[in-house]
Amino acid sequence: MPDNLMTWSTLAPATAEISLALAICVVLLVDVFAGARRGLTPTLTLLAVAVCAALTVEFSHVAERTVILQGMYVADQLAFVLKLVGFLVVAVVLLYSRSYLEERGILRGEYYVLALSALLGIFVLISANNLLTVYLGVELLALSVYALVAFDRDSGVSAEAAMKYFVLGAIASGALLYGMSLLYGLTGTLDLGEIAVRLSGPMSLGVILGLAFIVVAVAFKLGAVPFHMWLPDVYEGAPTSVTLFIGTVPKIAYFALALRLLAQGLPGASLEWTQMLTPLAVLTLVVGNVVAIVQTNLKRMLAYSTIANVGFIILGFVAGTADGYSAALYYTLVYVLAALGSFGVILLASRKGFEADKLDDYKGLHQRDPMLALAMMLLMFSTAGVPPLVGFWAKLRIFQALWETHHLWLVIIAAAMSVVGAYYYLRVIKLMYFDDAPAGLPAPAPAPGVRLALGVNAAAALALGLLPGPLLNLCARLLH
Amino acid sequence: MHGLLSLLIWLPIAAGVLVLVLGDRNIVIARWLALLASLATLALSVPLWRGFDASTSALQFLEKVPWIARFNAYYGLGVDGIALPLIALTAFMTVPVIIAAWTVIEKRAAQYYAAFLIMEGLMIGVFSATDALLFYFFWEAMLIPMFLIIGIWGGQRRVYATIKFFLYTFLGSVFMLAALIYMYVKGGSYSIADLQALPLTLTEQRWIFFAFFLAFAVKVPMWPVHTWLPDAHVEAPTGGSVILAAVMLKMGGYGFLRFSLPITPDACRELDLLVISLSLIAVVYIGFVALVQQDMKKLIAYSSIAHMGFVTLGAFIVYQIVRATGGGVGAGMGLDGAMVQMISHGLISGALFLCVGVLYDRMHSRQIADYGGVINTMPVFAGFLVLFCLANTGLPGTSGFVGEFLVIIASFRASFWYAFLAAVTLVLGAAYTLWMVKRVVFGPVTSPRVAALKDLNGREFLILGVLALAVIGLGVWPEPLLRVLQPTIHHLVSQAIATKL
Repeated sequence: MPDNLMTWSTLAPATAEISLALAICVVLLVDVFAGARRGLTPTLTLLAVAVCAALTVEFSHVAERTVILQGMYVADQLAFVLKLVGFLVVAVVLLYSRSYLEERGILRGEYYVLALSALLGIFVLISANNLLTVYLGVELLALSVYALVAFDRDSGVSAEAAMKYFVLGAIASGALLYGMSLLYGLTGTLDLGEIAVRLSGPMSLGVILGLAFIVVAVAFKLGAVPFHMWLPDVYEGAPTSVTLFIGTVPKIAYFALALRLLAQGLPGASLEWTQMLTPLAVLTLVVGNVVAIVQTNLKRMLAYSTIANVGFIILGFVAGTADGYSAALYYTLVYVLAALGSFGVILLASRKGFEADKLDDYKGLHQRDPMLALAMMLLMFSTAGVPPLVGFWAKLRIFQALWETHHLWLVIIAAAMSVVGAYYYLRVIKLMYFDDAPAGLPAPAPAPGVRLALGVNAAAALALGLLPGPLLNLCARLLH
Repeated sequence: MHGLLSLLIWLPIAAGVLVLVLGDRNIVIARWLALLASLATLALSVPLWRGFDASTSALQFLEKVPWIARFNAYYGLGVDGIALPLIALTAFMTVPVIIAAWTVIEKRAAQYYAAFLIMEGLMIGVFSATDALLFYFFWEAMLIPMFLIIGIWGGQRRVYATIKFFLYTFLGSVFMLAALIYMYVKGGSYSIADLQALPLTLTEQRWIFFAFFLAFAVKVPMWPVHTWLPDAHVEAPTGGSVILAAVMLKMGGYGFLRFSLPITPDACRELDLLVISLSLIAVVYIGFVALVQQDMKKLIAYSSIAHMGFVTLGAFIVYQIVRATGGGVGAGMGLDGAMVQMISHGLISGALFLCVGVLYDRMHSRQIADYGGVINTMPVFAGFLVLFCLANTGLPGTSGFVGEFLVIIASFRASFWYAFLAAVTLVLGAAYTLWMVKRVVFGPVTSPRVAALKDLNGREFLILGVLALAVIGLGVWPEPLLRVLQPTIHHLVSQAIATKL
C-alpha cells in the first residue's frame, strides 16, 4: 500500500513535529558541549523555533484535512494555525523568561530543552487522530512540565508544587487511560474518526462511563472545578517564568484535547458530555471568580482567574456547535494573549531577591514604572472583558454561542460572574494607579527588548479589540 | 459635511493620546493642547447643529463602514433630534472642565486632561452610534477613564467610590449586552433601526426590557439603584463630578428613549407603572433625603437623582396619557420635557458642581457647616451660586423651569395625582436648595477662613458666566431646542405606542 511508505512527501504535513524533534536534539547536544557559554542556548533555541516555524509554514500547510501515519496523525488548517501560535507563544515566553532565570542562577540548557519538548507534546496533541496519539501528546507535555515546575531545585515550594502536580496529574492520566480503554473495548478501535462513526444512536452505560472518565481527565487538564486543586499551588509554587509557560501554551493544547476527544471523537455523545460539562462550567465560573477575590498573591490570583476563564472556554463546548467551538478557540487565544502579558509583567517587575508576586508589591507601580503599569492595566481590562480591549469580544462570542443554543441561565450566570471577576482585576489597577508606592521597592528591570515585546503584547490586546474582525473570521473558518 | 461625527469622536481622543504622550514634563503645552482640542470639538459641533435638518426625524450625518463582518456590525454613526442636543451638551461641558482644572490639578495633570478628552470622544460616540454593538463599545469603554478619574484624583474614599461606580454600571451593562446579543441571534443585525423593527413576543420583550432597564436605571440613576451616585460624586474631583452629572447620567435617559421605548414598546406599556412609581419615589423620597445632607456635593448629587426622576417620568408617562385620553395627542410633551430636562440639568448640575469646586479649592471643605456668609467675601460668586440654585429649583426664566413644567403638564393629562406628586419636587427642590444657599451664602461671616476668601478669578468668572448665559438663554428661549426635538419625538411617540405583537 503506497500510503504505508514513509516518504518525505507523505510526511510533509508533520514538518512541525519532525523539525522540532531535531531542534531538541541539536539544542541538547550544543548545550552539553558548549553550554558553558551561557548566552548560546537561549539564542540558539529562539533561532531554532524561528526555523521550525518557517519550515512549518513552508511545508506543512495543507489545503484540507489530511490523515497520515495509518490514521494516527491528522493535519488540518486548525492544527496548522494552532502550531504557529504555539511557536509564537513559546518564543515570547522564552524571551520574557531569560533574564529572570539568569538573575536566579537557573539559566540552564535543560530549561530550553524541556520547554521545546513540552511544545512537541502540544503539537502531537493538536494533531492527534487516535487515542494513543492523544495519550502520547498528553504525557509528553505533562512530563516536561512536571520537570519544569521543579526546575528551581533548591526551592522547597517549587518541589512541593511539582510533587503535587505530578501525583494529581498521574491520577488524571489514569482516568484518561481508563476512559480510553472502555471506549476501545466497546468500539474495538482507537481511531477517533472510527469511534465517531461507530458510536451513534443511544449510548450504552459503558460508553457513558468511559466518557465520564475522559471528561474528568479533560477537566483536570484544563483546571475546571472540582478538579482544579493543583492549579493555584502549581502557579504559585513554580518559578514565575515556568508559571508563564504553563499559564499560556498548554491552554492551546488542552483546547485541542477537548476538541479532538469530545467534539470530533464523540459527537454522537454530545448530549451526554454537554450535560456533564454544564455543571463543571458553572462551578468553575463561580469558584474561580469568587475565590480569586480573596487572594493576596498575584500569581495565585491569576491562577484563579485562569480557572474562571476556563469556565468560559468550557461554556463554548457546552454550546456543542461549531460556532461554540470557534468561540472557545477565540476565547482561548485571547486568554493566552492576556496571560502572556500579565505574567510577563510579573517577570519584569521582579528582581534578584525580590519576587514581585504579592499584590502589595504592585502598589504605586505607576510611579515606579509607568509603561509597565499601563501594559498591565490594558491586560487586566482585557481579561475583565471591558471594551475597547479584545477580551470583550471573547466574552461576547461565548454569550452569542450560548444564545444560539438557548442557554438562558448560563448566559445570566456567566454575565453575573464576569461582573464578580471585574472586581479583582480592578483591584490590581487600583494598587498600581491609586495607591502610593511604599519606600524600598526596587525599580523594575530595564530589559529594553522584553519591554518592547510586552508593549507589542499589550498593544495587540488593544488593536484586536478595536478591529476584532480578522481573528474572529480566522477562528470561525478553522472550525466550521 | 461628511465625516463630521467621526471627527467629533476621534479628534478629542487623538488629542487625549497626544496629551498623554506629552506628559507632565510638557504640561504647559499639554494643557493648551487640551484646551484647543476641546474648543475645536465645540466649534465642530456648531456646523453639526447648523447643518441639521430639523424638519425630519431621520438620522443625519450618516456614516456607515463595515466594522466586523462576522457580526454584521457596522461603524455606523448618525444623529437625530435626540442625539444632537446631547452631543452639543457633551462638547459644551468639556471646555469648562478643562479650564476649571487649569491651576487646580497639580498631580499627574497631563493624564487628567487626557482622561477627559478621551472620555469626551467616547461619550459623543455613545450618542451618535447607530449600531448597537458600537454603542455598547463606547458605552463600556467610557467606564475606563471615569474609573481612573475618580480613583486617581478623588477624595478620601475614592477607591471605594470608584469601584462601586464601576461594578454597578458594569453589572447593568452586561445584561444589556446579553439582550443585544439575543436580538442579534434572532434578527441577524446589530443596527439599532433593525432592532427597533424586530418583532418580539411579549415574553421576549419583558426579558429584554428588564435587561435594558437594569443598564439604564443604574446609569440614570433611579431609586433604588442610585446609591453609587452620591459616593461617586462626593469623591470625584470637580471635573469628574461635572461630567458625571452633566453627561453620563443622560446616557441612561438616552438609552430609555433610544432602546427601551422603541424596541420593547409592549413591555414598556405593560410595565410603565413600575417606572413611573420608581420615578416618583426618586422625585419625592430623594428630595427628602437631599434635605438632610451636610455635604454640598452630596446634596447636589441627590438633587440630580430627583431631577433625573423627571426624565424617566416624562419618558414613560406617554402610556398613561394614551390610556387616559385614548389617543396620542399631547403624548410627546412628556418626552419633550424629558429631553429639555436632561439638557438643562446637564447645564445646571455641571454649574453647581463647578461652584462647589470653586469653594473647595479655597477651603478644602464641602461641608455646609463650614461655610456661612460667603456673600460678604465673594459677592460675584454668590450671585452665580444663587442663580444656579434658583435654576435648580425650577425658577421660570431659567432652563430648569422648562423641562419640569412640560413634564408636570404632561402628567396632568394622565392623572392629577402624578402631576401632584411630581409638583412636590418644586417645593422640596426649593427647600433643600435654598436652605443650602441660606446656610452657605447668606448671614454673617461665621469663621475666619470664610473671611479670608477671595472672590472669583477671571478664569472662574468666565466659565460660570458662560454657563449662566446658557441656563438663562435656554430658559427664556427654549424654542431652538424644542424645534430640533419635535420631529424626532413625534416619531418616537409613534414607535412607543405602536405594538410589536
